[in-house]
Amino acid sequence: MTTVSVQNVAKSFGTIPVLRDIDAVFPQGTFTSLLGPSGSGKTTLLRIIAGFVAPDDGEVQIGDKDVTGVPVWGRNIGMMFQSYALFPHMTVARNVAFGLERRGIRGAEAAKAVAEALDMVHLSDFGDRMPKNLSGGQQQRVALARAMVIKPSVLLLDEPLSALDRRLRQEMQVELLRIQRQTGLTTIFVTHDQEEALTLSDRIAILDKGRIVQSGAPEEIYENPQTRFAAEFLGDSNFLTGVVESGGVRLPDGTAIQTTVPLPANGQKTTLAIRPEKMSPTPMDGTTNQITAKILTVIYAGPALSYLLQTPDGTRLKLFLANRDGTLMREGETITLYWSPAHSIPVQD
Amino acid sequence: MTRLGQTFLGMILIFLYTPILVLMAMGFNESALYELPFQFSTRWYSALASNTELLTSSFNSIVLAVITAVVATTIGTLAALALSRRTFRGRSLLQLLLLPPIAIPWLITGTAMLIFFFWTGIGRGMHALIIGHVALAVPYVVLVVGTGMKSVRADLEEAAMSLGSTPIHAFFAITLPLLFPSILGAALFAFAVSLDQFVISYFLSSPGYTTLPVQIYSAIRKGFTPEINAISTLLLLGSMTVILIFARFAKPGAPK
Repeated sequence: MTTVSVQNVAKSFGTIPVLRDIDAVFPQGTFTSLLGPSGSGKTTLLRIIAGFVAPDDGEVQIGDKDVTGVPVWGRNIGMMFQSYALFPHMTVARNVAFGLERRGIRGAEAAKAVAEALDMVHLSDFGDRMPKNLSGGQQQRVALARAMVIKPSVLLLDEPLSALDRRLRQEMQVELLRIQRQTGLTTIFVTHDQEEALTLSDRIAILDKGRIVQSGAPEEIYENPQTRFAAEFLGDSNFLTGVVESGGVRLPDGTAIQTTVPLPANGQKTTLAIRPEKMSPTPMDGTTNQITAKILTVIYAGPALSYLLQTPDGTRLKLFLANRDGTLMREGETITLYWSPAHSIPVQD
Repeated sequence: MTRLGQTFLGMILIFLYTPILVLMAMGFNESALYELPFQFSTRWYSALASNTELLTSSFNSIVLAVITAVVATTIGTLAALALSRRTFRGRSLLQLLLLPPIAIPWLITGTAMLIFFFWTGIGRGMHALIIGHVALAVPYVVLVVGTGMKSVRADLEEAAMSLGSTPIHAFFAITLPLLFPSILGAALFAFAVSLDQFVISYFLSSPGYTTLPVQIYSAIRKGFTPEINAISTLLLLGSMTVILIFARFAKPGAPK
């Protein structure tokens, strides 16, 4: 059981800075997602923790040991790669036994550990197969067994599910979470898929342009995004920009929007983020904020309905509703949207 | 279309193999002047046993080809690894410069080598032939092994390292076994380049050390007997066996 932390890490490739001022703690037993678009530095951060990349600056700690100078093969990590990276010339069992052999575990003891690991991923009968004779999902399970059998201090996952189709990916998510919970292994997961990050993680760290812009529990970040980027990258968001005036925000058209969250000083320009599902076309208790908008597009997706709207001053809005009774509002209709001051979150640009 | 294709393939095979089959058959013909009708005889094979010139030069050719294959494969494989896994100044230029020697006519390369070896005092003989043949074969090895490296993903080595392998162990446990068919193919290529080589061998061989193609060439000029067919047949069968064994094990072109 190990806490992983990075302090003050920076990395440049040539003259291009990839990571700057990275401080992060991955508490023992937690599942943390590094979420960000491509080029945000999330994979580089994972590779620094793994030991494939040496940081220009800063420290990496696994447990109470400073491993900054320890090469990858001395760090006792379990790693899963996007491409599975199974050794094609070895059977499934020999793939799984590879890390045990490197630790001097052979014979009956190794065979028992391999059998247990394959059992854990429901592939007990596949030990003698070659990797190429397995489906993508099965290969991924072997990769997981191979990473887990060495009892690593930390499990590092580099977008391991992105090559699988949707249904298989969801199955693997459940599997991964079950095994992570069972073993209590500190897990760091790189992904650009916000839904995956939300469903799997105890904690999420959002990266943008080489910095961690916000980290916390998924619901913490989702309900209280601190930056426009975080609000947009994790979930969807509507943005209304105006000037702070006596505890609210006055929009250019004169509408006053209330919020319960502390605002900057009066006269400052600020942006409010409002989640599309927190708005409603009918007033309810406490929904004292309102804005009128015209429906541009209706998207019918079965259980969910999405509307794209435009306010008179041209701001685009989204509205997500549950499909309660199958009635749809029509394109071209002008409606009023209501929401609560608690759901207007000021964000930094 | 399939029929046309098959006919075409059949014709190619006929053009390729008929002269070889005729050569083999004539080795078993009694007549010294290749006269027909065909009369079976093994006299040329018996005569071959006492033809030391042909036997020595054949032996030289094979030894030279084996040395060339070993040396060129070692150098070429290391070069291919460096070119595909490491980044260093001048890498693209080096990679580019490896290609022209394959296209430069051997006559020109041979003349250049002869002048260069004379000028530097390397001279002629076995050592000069080894240097010349290795230099010829290395670009082929780099090409073949380099292509093989493309199918060995870098993340396999990384996976091995994450499981506790040092880079050297990862290379021997993962990369080398996966690369083995390519290395074997490259070695075979180098072997064939050396065994086939006439022009450069002709320039670089010394009176005391010559190879089979050079020996055959001078024999033809002096007037020759079907002993040449006999030795050619033996060499042909030998190299075809090697190639077929290789094809059996490496399955070139098979899906990985």
